[in-house]
Amino acid sequence: MRLASRHLLQLEGTPKKDLELILDTAESFREILDRPIKKVPPLRGQTVLNLFYEPSTRTRISFELAEKRLSADTVSFSPATSSVKKGETLKDTVRNIEAMKIDMVVVRHASAGVPYYLTQCIASNIVNAGDGAHEHPTQGLLDIFTMRRRYGKIKGLRVLLVGDIRHSRVARSNIWGLKALGASVAICGPTTLLPYEAEKFGVDVYNNLDEAMEGVDVVNILRIQLERQRTGLFPSQREYTNLFGITSERLARLNKNFTIMHPGPMNRGVEITNEVADGPASVILEQVTNGQAVRMAVLYLLSGAESQDAKSKE
Amino acid sequence: MKTSESIIIMDQRKVERAITRIAHEVLERNGGPESLVIIGIITGGADLAERLAATIEEIDGVKVPVGFMDINLYRDDVNYNPDQPVIRRTEIMFDIDGKNLILVDDVLYTGRTIRAALSQIIDFGRPKSVQLAVLIDRGHRQLPIRADYVGRNIPTNFDDNVDVRFAGRSGIDEVTLSPATAKAKPTKKAKGVKG
Repeated sequence: MRLASRHLLQLEGTPKKDLELILDTAESFREILDRPIKKVPPLRGQTVLNLFYEPSTRTRISFELAEKRLSADTVSFSPATSSVKKGETLKDTVRNIEAMKIDMVVVRHASAGVPYYLTQCIASNIVNAGDGAHEHPTQGLLDIFTMRRRYGKIKGLRVLLVGDIRHSRVARSNIWGLKALGASVAICGPTTLLPYEAEKFGVDVYNNLDEAMEGVDVVNILRIQLERQRTGLFPSQREYTNLFGITSERLARLNKNFTIMHPGPMNRGVEITNEVADGPASVILEQVTNGQAVRMAVLYLLSGAESQDAKSKE
Repeated sequence: MKTSESIIIMDQRKVERAITRIAHEVLERNGGPESLVIIGIITGGADLAERLAATIEEIDGVKVPVGFMDINLYRDDVNYNPDQPVIRRTEIMFDIDGKNLILVDDVLYTGRTIRAALSQIIDFGRPKSVQLAVLIDRGHRQLPIRADYVGRNIPTNFDDNVDVRFAGRSGIDEVTLSPATAKAKPTKKAKGVKG
């Protein structure tokens, strides 16, 4: 079995059976993380480049560990200590690194579309680890994987995304993946933080959090990008917390068993309180563990998939 | 898949008897069931592993722990096979250190599957011994591997297809041999790598 694409750029348009193959494979890989030796050999001899143009803790370490646990060799790149400082372009950078015999590239970049652009520059398999406000497919997959493990299936699940949807690549990957697998998705936030024409995503749109949480199973809380706070998108952190913060009082008032998720990094006391983040409904650390299994599955499934060009050249 | 030319080489009674004999041999050689753990290789060895454990329980009244192992990540052809194998879930919910581990598969062929299984077992712990039990040994080894317990030795051509079907504990068991000439299916080649 192979995925339809030899890259993972986005969940939008990814066929349902490919999403399911990734999730099923991740389920098998999840068990490896509980073994005494958390390492298996399928990517032996393959080299993976982690090209992170944007800061990251979870995603970068998660990818690096996933690669190592599949026995791949890894190299990591950060622009601050590279010739990017001397003005080398993205294209030249990756082409030079690929000339050192790289098989796969995991890329994060502040600009949407960079992973796609790389597929046009080099022959390696490309995995998108977050591009601008476009998508963060492995985060979307690990969120869905965590929900599927908890509820057994995605079809019919009701998922609410709360917060800064407009700037969130995580939200987009969640929406596309969840809808393809048959969940119903709603979004909630101040109008200034919702995308224009949000209905076109095929989601329910709310400005009132209590209303939005009515009848919902999973609440996936997105980070308020504090660096944008001074741009006038919302008046104050305190007002945001009052209207859109997930607090234990709110959960008690709604009196229902939610699953609380957050892709991190959390602003404790802004979009989520300590009690909720560390409380029994939270699966936030489970998401992080599951992320490794999902990334291992993605890397395994893409590995060795050659481009048609490469085949015809042989 | 059964073609008109395929031959039934073991029916349900023969399969039952072979499993019962192997169970007795395992118990005799290991001085009882206490030190044993059984691991079946997914998918062909999984049913056989459960059957062997059930038979041992009938004989000695002891439940031997049974685990299942997907060995595809340890295959030596994982980077050569354009059609990637689907990875199934390995389930070994017990400690294998110091145990006599009975590794179970349906058909022993080239020995490459067993090589992969041995590599994986070593990553799980250090059993006191690993013993191999198979229902069918069809020859054509490509590695220095042999079985400790064999249901039946069957001479085959390299391209023949040996098909083992377990239909649960009460269903119909059957081992069939389809000669190479009788089969023109493209699946044959993929099957041929197995074992």
